[in-house]
Amino acid sequence: MTKQPDMTRAENITSLYPRKTKIQVTIILCAVLGFYLFSMFWTQNQMVGGFGNALGNMKVVIEKFFPPNMKVLPNIWGPMSQTIHMAIVATTIATILTIPLALLSSQNITSSKWVYHITRTFLNILRTIPDLVLAVLFVGLFGVGIFSGILALIIFSLGILAKLISETIEAVDMDPLEAMRASGGNTLQVIFFGLVPQILPQFTSFVLYVFEINIRASVVLGLVGAGGIGLILDRELQFYNYPNAMAIIIMIFLVVIVVEFISNKIREALI
Amino acid sequence: MTSYNLPPKKDVSLWKRAKFILITLIVIAIYVWTFLGIDINWGRAVERVVQNFGIVIPKLFSPDWSVTGEVAMKILETIFIAFAGTLMASILAIPLGFLAAKNMTNRGIAQVMKWILSANRSFPELILAILFVVAVGPNAFAGVLAIAIHSTGMLGKLYSEVVESIDMQVVEAMEANGANKIQVLFYGVIPQVIPEFLSYAIYRFEIDIRASSVLGIVGAGGIGTMIIFASINRNWNEMGLILLAIIIVVTIIDNVSSRIRRKIV
Repeated sequence: MTKQPDMTRAENITSLYPRKTKIQVTIILCAVLGFYLFSMFWTQNQMVGGFGNALGNMKVVIEKFFPPNMKVLPNIWGPMSQTIHMAIVATTIATILTIPLALLSSQNITSSKWVYHITRTFLNILRTIPDLVLAVLFVGLFGVGIFSGILALIIFSLGILAKLISETIEAVDMDPLEAMRASGGNTLQVIFFGLVPQILPQFTSFVLYVFEINIRASVVLGLVGAGGIGLILDRELQFYNYPNAMAIIIMIFLVVIVVEFISNKIREALI
Repeated sequence: MTSYNLPPKKDVSLWKRAKFILITLIVIAIYVWTFLGIDINWGRAVERVVQNFGIVIPKLFSPDWSVTGEVAMKILETIFIAFAGTLMASILAIPLGFLAAKNMTNRGIAQVMKWILSANRSFPELILAILFVVAVGPNAFAGVLAIAIHSTGMLGKLYSEVVESIDMQVVEAMEANGANKIQVLFYGVIPQVIPEFLSYAIYRFEIDIRASSVLGIVGAGGIGTMIIFASINRNWNEMGLILLAIIIVVTIIDNVSSRIRRKIV
């Protein structure tokens, strides 16, 4: 043993961690807690009657929503399938559009650094805008209806999908691609026979994942007028018709669960 | 010229081929159903876009700086909502995550917990926000609750996967040495999961910032309130500033959080 531990300081014996780490962790914890308390204070500030009143109110609300009025179910089947259609169309178009974007934004395929950085930045900015904000914009541009909703979903899923797929492309084994290029394959051939077989399972899995996201997003798009089941939900809420709204919410919940379950099973089988 | 043979084709069993054909048929059927069912009023969309394009787009790119103060306050509120909601969720999710991990409880409880968590996840935040707005009134706290509940489901699932992937030999060694359950938990399990728990919680904060920025659309506070008013009043200059603010804030938070996460794990 070269150096004797300093036994005069108590923390050397009782604690595993050095003093500096402890102080750092304490400061960070206090900051997080302080910010949390401040956020809680701020967000509850505008509430009438405070937290206790809200909890009491909760009971009244639950009574208002229940029992759900299941008689509306035949009427909401149309908008519900419209919602699913929106998600399917948007996912399909986004998948087609994403292929060139993903290729351009993966470092090992794009030869030009400029193109890579420009597409990356573009996709990053695209991803920061929430889907509903896009929907609000498109409703302003194209008017109320599913067209705006589909466009919002396309743009939104394009950002996610292109990022996920370009990351997959960057992780592929480059050796077969180089071998093909060395034996005279042109760029398209290299991509088609070298790259596509390697990424196809992940590609399909990501497309299904984005489809799940789109289903979940499309059920609420109607709240801003972009078509689908959300439109009906919004109308029922505006008329304070809570039992009907609850029936729609339960319906949305079931559809989302079923779609997620199926897509999860397929994804597990793929990878 | 020498003749050459292509490599022999792989044997594909009849069942596999039948499955492939079946899947193709199902996919085609889904698309036929979709494109027959979809109903887009192209004429109106084109007419609208011709009418609006020149008005809306230039205004979006010339933000109305006079509302900067208001937008900043609302963005701050959005951050508060996301922060409070995420912190609540990241604490609530710890016991749930442990209960849903197969190596911590028995399989039955873990499976049931997993179902509960995935059911919880399937509720879109906005739907939860609608329920909470009715319950606690149209204010930011409804947003906090919606974010907290939705994120709990997501984080609980991620936490349970982390707990399932820990090194159980450490736990076994401690048990063999006579440590009780609490000691095993505090000295064997928690040190292994803390970095990843933290990393996931911070990652969730990134997602919740995006989510909380639209909660205002149903009245649950944050910048979404301004978005909906700007769109009702067709005040596209204000919308331009709001969009700019969202893009800047989300980008900054994404960068900071990914830097912190890289340091932790």
